[in-house]
Amino acid sequence: MNEQNIFIVRCGEVALKGMNKPYFEKTLVDRIRKNLRGMEGVDVRRHEGLIFVRAEKNVNAEELIKQISKVFGVASISPAVEAPSELDAIGEEAVKFMLKQIEDRDIKTFKVEAKRADKNFPVKSPDIARIIGAKVLIGCKVLKVDVHEPDCRLFVDLRDDKTYIFDEKIQGFGGLPLGTNGKGLILMSGGIDSPVAAWMMAKRGMLLEAVHFHSYPYTSPRAQQKVEELAGIVASYSGRMKIHVINLLPIQEQIVQNCPEEETTILVRRFMMRIAEKVAEKSRCMMLITGENLGQVASQTAEALVVTDACVKMPVMRPLIAMDKVDIMDKAREIGTYEKSIEPYEDCCTVFLPKHPTTKPHLDRIEASESRLDVEGLVEAAVKSEEIVDIKG
Amino acid sequence: MIYLDNSATTRQADEVTEAMMKVMKETYGNPSSLHDMGLAAEKKVNWARGEFASMFGAHPDEIIFNSGGTEGDNSVFYGIANSMKHRGKKIVTSCVEHPAVLEACKRLEKRGFEISYIGVDKDCRLNMDQLEEEVDGDTILVSVMTVNNETGAVMPIRAAAEIAHDHGAAFHTDAVQGFGKVNLKNSGADFVTVSAHKFHGPKGVGAMYARKNVNLPAFIVGGGQERGQRSGTENVPGIVGLGVACQLLSGDEEAVRSGVGLDKIREYLKVGILDRISDVKINSPEDGASSVLNVSFLGTRGEVILHSLESEGIYVSTGSACSSHKKGQSHVLSAMGLSHKEIEGAIRFSFCRYNTIDEMDIVLDSLEKAVRRFRKLGSFR
Repeated sequence: MNEQNIFIVRCGEVALKGMNKPYFEKTLVDRIRKNLRGMEGVDVRRHEGLIFVRAEKNVNAEELIKQISKVFGVASISPAVEAPSELDAIGEEAVKFMLKQIEDRDIKTFKVEAKRADKNFPVKSPDIARIIGAKVLIGCKVLKVDVHEPDCRLFVDLRDDKTYIFDEKIQGFGGLPLGTNGKGLILMSGGIDSPVAAWMMAKRGMLLEAVHFHSYPYTSPRAQQKVEELAGIVASYSGRMKIHVINLLPIQEQIVQNCPEEETTILVRRFMMRIAEKVAEKSRCMMLITGENLGQVASQTAEALVVTDACVKMPVMRPLIAMDKVDIMDKAREIGTYEKSIEPYEDCCTVFLPKHPTTKPHLDRIEASESRLDVEGLVEAAVKSEEIVDIKG
Repeated sequence: MIYLDNSATTRQADEVTEAMMKVMKETYGNPSSLHDMGLAAEKKVNWARGEFASMFGAHPDEIIFNSGGTEGDNSVFYGIANSMKHRGKKIVTSCVEHPAVLEACKRLEKRGFEISYIGVDKDCRLNMDQLEEEVDGDTILVSVMTVNNETGAVMPIRAAAEIAHDHGAAFHTDAVQGFGKVNLKNSGADFVTVSAHKFHGPKGVGAMYARKNVNLPAFIVGGGQERGQRSGTENVPGIVGLGVACQLLSGDEEAVRSGVGLDKIREYLKVGILDRISDVKINSPEDGASSVLNVSFLGTRGEVILHSLESEGIYVSTGSACSSHKKGQSHVLSAMGLSHKEIEGAIRFSFCRYNTIDEMDIVLDSLEKAVRRFRKLGSFR
């Protein structure tokens, strides 16, 4: 009877946010529409705290679900069928639905769970479940009821005009809709960590811009290409993103020629933060984001992080700080950045790697080394030299 | 823009492009078709076959068009290994060959063939004593490249072919870098493999000379094109492009005779480098092909010099890819016994007919500047 595919999209925390709820939901609908813009005949609308996506029967459902689940703020998605809110009609659709499940998944047992959003409906939820269960038993001879561990849970969601029937809830990433939490600047290197860090902040509703440092000609143009591709993967979740590309080599040259070798890494790191802060201010980003992770490398020891932070006023978000490397790698695989990240192009952090980098730098000593450099002038020149690459979301 | 990476690939000559465009637009018939459009296409292919054959003084029936050097090399190795395996299990080649040869060898090794790799000296000269020792009655194939792609060293293929034939083995030369630079008439080779894009022809097309009466089973089978030796509908525009590129080669010889050839350009750059930059090592042999000059700038990293020159519009290549994750060092320079430092700082300049002496002055200026700048930072990595 119906020539459409229906997908029920549930919002997670969005529903909890009181006054902001309509705004959050609207943002979420906009974002889902944007992600589905490539698909024809798709209709997205809000209704009674849920989002309904209707598409033509022949739509690529798998791709559609994938695109919806990429939207932050989506808690779960269920492919569903609908029926008029009338017990016989519901029973008929439920039988059809279950026959298809038997064919597709070879299920043997089931259980009906009913919910009545329309409290005026004369039959109570447990009774609805019982009545529909009986109809399914009659309609599908091979099925038995198992209330504890059914092969298939048949949900019946009865609302005033329509009733929705579905069996699975495909988990989304959760989080909050993009743009509901300001804008941050991610320091993106091309490694495994920074794309994950960017993704995690975006998941909490933060818009992103990125800054990428290179040391051309010490680094290959292919390294920048790689960062652009990584940003493209992140942007498929987080929306259009600008990358500010800055050559750090003039600064590295000054450091190498004027400062102690073992301090190279931490000094370079401080310059990156200073430049990033300036770029962030200019592009209205409220905070810096890095993929730093406690103790992973010399510049990420507790001492080094303290010294790094001391040179900027802007808050520095480090969403990966307490994660283990293997967990970060798993996350990178999950969001699809891992394979790209492990491509072997040198990034500027590895170019001037000292043989024995300081792991416990002292702020006073680092500042003494910096006094030999024209810090302000170098930072300003670096910011001025930026090139901007626009990454499509 | 100054393009000095002609060993990687060359700019397709305008004459080639024009001829190919004409064929694409007008002569698009399938050479196997019975009608006159098919015949017109077949004629084009046969014209190119004649042009290519004349470079060897060969009969047109001894020419097989294919997709390039890699296919040519692979088809010779797998073909001979198949057809001669009952006679012997040994293949002799040099350790400075192109991966199209070396990787085929690795695979044959797994199939039970014995591969012997002949070494080179510090000037990339083949160890002939070792070659003579290694080639024996069990040897079915000897393969030595005509010109080495990284150093420009010209290999003694005539002598090597003689040794092979003395023991009843077939002789193959990968002439991808040598074709058009070294005279291949009467080379003694049974198989010569060539790629068009190395001499201003199109990419994706190549040709092979295969001596009559030497049995080489087809590598690719199907519709029986190329007398059954290489099936697949002929790449007619590509083949015509290859033919035109062959014609244009005579201009290069003319240039050498009138004193404006690549040899002059190479010499000019070499003298300039030795004159203006200290601590360099010339890796190309004196008597190498005039198309290649390989130089180590000690205390620098080749890739850094490469990118630095590139930012000024000068394109060269390196002896090693200096990624921190994968040390992709040149197997050729390693075989010549160069130190890690020498390999790391190696740059290959490779020339073509479109280069000029004036360009070399610009290159020398940029090179001097880049080497000076990066030597200052050289000790850090």
